[in-house]
This record gives sequence, structure tokens and C-alpha cells, in this order.
Amino acid sequence: MFVEIITPDRKVYSGEASVVTLPGVDGSFQVLNSHAALVSTLAKGELSADKETFQIEGGVVEVLNNRVLILAEGVNE
Amino acid sequence: MASLKEVRNRITSVNSTQQITKAMKMVSAAKLRRATDAIVQMRPYAQKLTEMISTVSSKTEAGKENPFTEAREVKNVLIVSITSDRGLCGAFNANIGKATIALIQEKYEAQNQAGNVTILTLGKKGAEYLGRRGYKIDGTHTEIFSKLNFTNVRSIGEEVLNAFASQQYDVVEVVFNEFKNVATQIIRTEQLLPLAEKDSDASTASSVDYIFEPNEAEIINELIPKSVKLSLFKSLLESNASEHGARMTAMDKATDNAGELLKALKLEYNRSRQAAITKEILEIVGGAEALNN
Repeated sequence: MFVEIITPDRKVYSGEASVVTLPGVDGSFQVLNSHAALVSTLAKGELSADKETFQIEGGVVEVLNNRVLILAEGVNE
Repeated sequence: MASLKEVRNRITSVNSTQQITKAMKMVSAAKLRRATDAIVQMRPYAQKLTEMISTVSSKTEAGKENPFTEAREVKNVLIVSITSDRGLCGAFNANIGKATIALIQEKYEAQNQAGNVTILTLGKKGAEYLGRRGYKIDGTHTEIFSKLNFTNVRSIGEEVLNAFASQQYDVVEVVFNEFKNVATQIIRTEQLLPLAEKDSDASTASSVDYIFEPNEAEIINELIPKSVKLSLFKSLLESNASEHGARMTAMDKATDNAGELLKALKLEYNRSRQAAITKEILEIVGGAEALNN
């Protein structure tokens, strides 16, 4: 699936990944290929797409048609 | 007529001024490019965020009673006035100062009489301008433009949001320069809070059956402050681009004016040089004549 991480400053990451781990407000969760449509808020924490990891400052994620879009307020790589 | 030496000194000084204004123009041009790039970079985020808000709010009524959409009786007003930290950019900062004062006088005169209008200035010049005129300034953020990114703006946004939520202010307005093109800035006054009710029509509502985690209401409560912060960030980006545009035009004009001045000075210099030579020749000829007699 296609993963994109965008902040108001720039596009941080975009690329294919088979598994994405996200810091949800109620705990960390994973999204795999063909996940159902989902909108969730994210807490401050670690986000990883395959081998890449990022520290995000909270945000929201939308999963739709094998596209994972993360709107983060700030990202430290 | 000024002596040769005086004119020569003035030419040198105007010349170096011209070099400075030319350099400042180039620097502004480079910074302007970066500033407009930042606006472009922000767009996908803004677009997606708006989309998400309309998706979620079409599925829920929760957004209707958000603390940030609540319109209260206007007692305390906060005006966020965005200027620059540096001068030499034409009427850029003065315009914002004037627009802020005009806004207070036209819209919030009663609150101003009661001393309930507070100004938050972003940028040193606005703080100076409005402070001199005796307006109540609560907090000034300077140096945000030297490294303008969302992380810095976020904390300011949160301050404003908290102040509004705790009923310290009943309305928040932003005054800033919108970037139209290099030569034109449009002064805008926008209401930041309370958020105006947007009609999220059924037409924009998507038919996708989303899973909402943890639930619609909490998502919308997360998204709305984000969109407020983003719109503040957008105003700052616009103002930043406008500042560099304004400085570029101002410096371009200054360079032209220096050129004109140089031309006039050179003419004067050559005239007095010629006059001096003519005088000298006359003296020599006069002296030779005197010897012949």
C-alpha cells in the first residue's frame, strides 16, 4: 500500500510499505494491506512504515483504498 | 557650486548605498522564493485537513457544539496583528498598524473604551507601532520569521486557542498582508475564532463507510484546533512572502533612485570640473598676456 506523511511544512515521506505502525490515542496499532477505510487520531509517539521510523507530534491518519495518509503536526526523523 | 571634492564624496556614498540596496533586493528575491515555496508545501496538508473535517462532520453532529465554534456575546477582543521584524519594506508594516487601528475603531469601539481590546503582535514592527500609540499589547512574538515553521507557530496557536476556550477572549481576529504578487499585498482581516459555521453539504459527504477511532466526536475535536492553527500558520506564511515581496519592490525603487541621483551628481561633478579647468586656462592666458605687455 502507499504511505504518505505530510506536515504543514513539507511532505516528509511517501512510498510503498507493507506494514505501518501508528501511535493511536488508545495505543499503538498496525495497518496492513487492504485495511478497511479508517480515520483515527494519533498521539505523540513513534510511527513506522516498514523499516523507516519517525517521531510524530500527534496528528490524524486516513486509510482509504490502500492509501495511508498521515497528517502530522511535526515530525522528527 | 559645491567643490569637486564634496561632489566626489557624495558620489562615493550614493554608490555604496546603491550597492547595499541592490544586494538587499537580491536577498529578498531569494527569500521570497523560499517563502512562496513554503506556501505551496503547506497546501496538500490544508486541503486534506479540510476534506477530513467535512468527511467526519458529515457523519456526526458532534462538531456543532465544539468549544471553538461557540459564538458568545463579544466582551473581550483579541486582535492578532502580523507584521515583520525588520523595516525597509515600504509601507508594509505601517499598513498593518493602520488596518488594526481602523478595525478597532470601526468594529470594537465600545470594547476599546472599556479597555477590553488586546493585541497580540507577531513581529517586532507592529509591537513598536501599536505600542507607541498606547494600545494594550499582550505578548509579542519576534524572531518567528527568521525560522518560520509549523512547530513554532503551533505553540502560539495553542496559546490563542486556550485563551479562547477559557473565555478570556470572545472573539479573535487576525490582521495580515496576503501575498498576491511581488508588487501587491492585500490587507486581510479574518476572524480566527469562533469558527464560522460551514455548511458541509451532503454533496461533499463521502459514501465511504469509515471506521472512526476512537469516535467521530473526538476526531472532530482534534481536527478543529488543528485547522485553526493551520489558518494562523497560513496567515504567517502569506505575511512572510508579502514582506519579502514588499522589500524587493522597495529596494528596487531605492536602487533606481540612487541611479538617478548618481546621474545628477556626475553631471554636477563634470560641470564643476570643467569650470575649474576653464578658470585655470583663463588664469594662464591672463598671466601670459600680462607678461607680453
